[in-house]
Amino acid sequence: MSQQADNQDRPWLDPDAEPFIKVQGVTKKFGPFTAVDNVDLQIYRGELFCLLGGSGCGKTTLLRMLAGFETPTSGTIYIDGAEMSQVPPYERPVNMMFQSYALFPHMTVEQNVAYGLKRDGVAKADIAMRVSEMLKMVELTPFSKRKPHQLSGGQRQRVALARALVKQPKVLLLDEPLGALDKRLREQTQFELMNIQDQLGITFVVVTHDQEEAMTLSTRIAVMDEGRFVQIGTPTEIYESPDTRFVADFIGSANMFEGRIVENGADHVVVRVSDPRIEFFIDHGMSIKEGTKVWIAVRPEKIKISKNAPTESGANQIQGTVLGVGYLGNLSTYRVQAGSAKVVDVTHPNQSRPKGDRHAVDWDDQVYLSWDPSSAVVLTK
Amino acid sequence: MGQKRSTFLFSALCFGMAFLYIPMLLLIIYSFNYSKIVPVWGGWSLRWYKVLFESEEVWSALTLSLKIAVMNATFATLLGTLAGLALVRFGRFKGRTLFSGMITAPLVMPEVITGLSLLLLFITMAELIGWPGERGITTITIAHITFSMAYVAVIIQSRLAGMAQDLEEAAMDLGSKPIRVLVDITLPLLAPGMVAGWLLAFTLSLDDLVIASFVTGPGANTLPILIYSRIRLGLRPDINALATIIIVVVTIGVIIAGYLMLRQQKQRERDMQMAAQEVVKLDA
Ligand SMILES: Nc1ncnc2c1ncn2[C@@H]1O[C@H](COP(=O)(O)OP(=O)(O)O)[C@@H](O)[C@H]1O
Ligand SMILES: [Mg+2]
Repeated sequence: MSQQADNQDRPWLDPDAEPFIKVQGVTKKFGPFTAVDNVDLQIYRGELFCLLGGSGCGKTTLLRMLAGFETPTSGTIYIDGAEMSQVPPYERPVNMMFQSYALFPHMTVEQNVAYGLKRDGVAKADIAMRVSEMLKMVELTPFSKRKPHQLSGGQRQRVALARALVKQPKVLLLDEPLGALDKRLREQTQFELMNIQDQLGITFVVVTHDQEEAMTLSTRIAVMDEGRFVQIGTPTEIYESPDTRFVADFIGSANMFEGRIVENGADHVVVRVSDPRIEFFIDHGMSIKEGTKVWIAVRPEKIKISKNAPTESGANQIQGTVLGVGYLGNLSTYRVQAGSAKVVDVTHPNQSRPKGDRHAVDWDDQVYLSWDPSSAVVLTK
Repeated sequence: MGQKRSTFLFSALCFGMAFLYIPMLLLIIYSFNYSKIVPVWGGWSLRWYKVLFESEEVWSALTLSLKIAVMNATFATLLGTLAGLALVRFGRFKGRTLFSGMITAPLVMPEVITGLSLLLLFITMAELIGWPGERGITTITIAHITFSMAYVAVIIQSRLAGMAQDLEEAAMDLGSKPIRVLVDITLPLLAPGMVAGWLLAFTLSLDDLVIASFVTGPGANTLPILIYSRIRLGLRPDINALATIIIVVVTIGVIIAGYLMLRQQKQRERDMQMAAQEVVKLDA
């Protein structure tokens, strides 16, 4: 495959690609409190971009600045090449789906969906056609004459989506679109959302605090903390190569070991950890001075667990005692006491059925933990 | 112990109710008294109702009161809604806190002070610009609007504060300019509050004696002024009849409003149940 074709799917790798949304040094203060702190962001046409972060980290505020409901304290926002500071919400080429859905309670489902088209002065016959098409797509045709309070949560969510989509905006902003739904409905709706985005080719910017949702949906994720971006990347990049301990811990879970670089070769690094007292061997070189304090993150599923000593010898193995076993059906999770104070989490797929109630590894067993030299990530922050 | 306590509470309730309603009951009974001297019972009769309906004075006072009440309610609702909107929705303009506090002042100001100051205003204006030339329906209406408006503004303010702003933002997001948002979303959602405000302003005006007495002129007697002026010369059976009619009308109004509100609430609950049941059905 050529480089050119590669980058069609990943416009953020192409240095010549023009971003569709460009956020430059945007800060938003509420009084003395900084909700969004000097962020830069580029989102490309057709992306499904997720803003991911804990509650109160400024996701909604950033989204509201894109929609035009908040004015940045400083910095500029460009959408489709145009500078947005003087453009009111009703003239921006974006539509927003609100966290609360914000359906008009005094209008029927049909009238809610038609509202935006009416304001654009679309001909009556066209409105009727587009509304009924949209209702069909979100499977709400039988409910078109109902008022919002006569609908269930999932149905309201789809009305809100239909109302924002029917105007065929260039960008759809979604604020925790699945937040109010229960788990099953949420998973089902995630895929519907992805299908719709794929069909219509609209750029989606989705706010969520649910890391699984972000991983499932997005082309890229921006992880936010206290108003700043801590990392922007594809789900794989963010999961496999987190930049900081915060990201490693926020996305999935990670075992974190604190240590110092004791050897820095051209093609390898050795890190000495004090608890448990071992040396980590990393199979690639790094530009970090010897003696620097670092953290090593190892994902629970990347650790092998066994009662027999691993045959291949290497630096990356420790011994420990099983403190607890959690049987989840498809997986088992183990908590292993591996140092004086260090507890390591391990997950292991259950590839063969346990005999009776006996598991291969059980409480109080002495076990060996080992991992590939490439599985550990060295973090300096 | 529990028994004793509930008996005590029950008697307290009965006593309180009696305190509230016995005077009104007496009034109603005495309105059907044939005797001309109020406290002396002369047998059941509709005599005073007939006297009442034949009285030119009562009819003209009633018409005047109703005219003032309707005009007052309409203008107060209009102005009060605008004031409420300005205070809650149009951002932080200079002196907003001051306005916000000032709008509630008429609610706690003694009526005598309001009446006196308005009278002073009308007299000064008549001196300076020759208007209002004569005090009467116009001056009473203006005076009523000034204080009813404050009540309406407070009602609208609280409804707006409770109304999620994201509805208005959603409308704007879908392409509506602010004026359009007001017409399409804000005002329809405020309608129940405006109706409540209108009714409150209407009753406040119909009920007002003090302020109306200050700013009225010769010959312009509202119903409360008329009742009070007649009562001053002693209790009169025809006034009892008039008061009874007012009580009946107000009671009917309250019952209808309560019934409508209850029905709306029940309907809402039914709708929500229906939606929830359908989800269960779809899931099964
Ligand atoms: N209008 C406002 N006035 C003052 N503080 C605000 C306002 N909007 C948001 N904030 C504050 O900014 C922070 C970020 O809010 P928000 O963007 O809503 O977070 P989230 O990431 O949960 O969506 C929060 O601490 C919130 O209290
Ligand atoms: Mg939020």
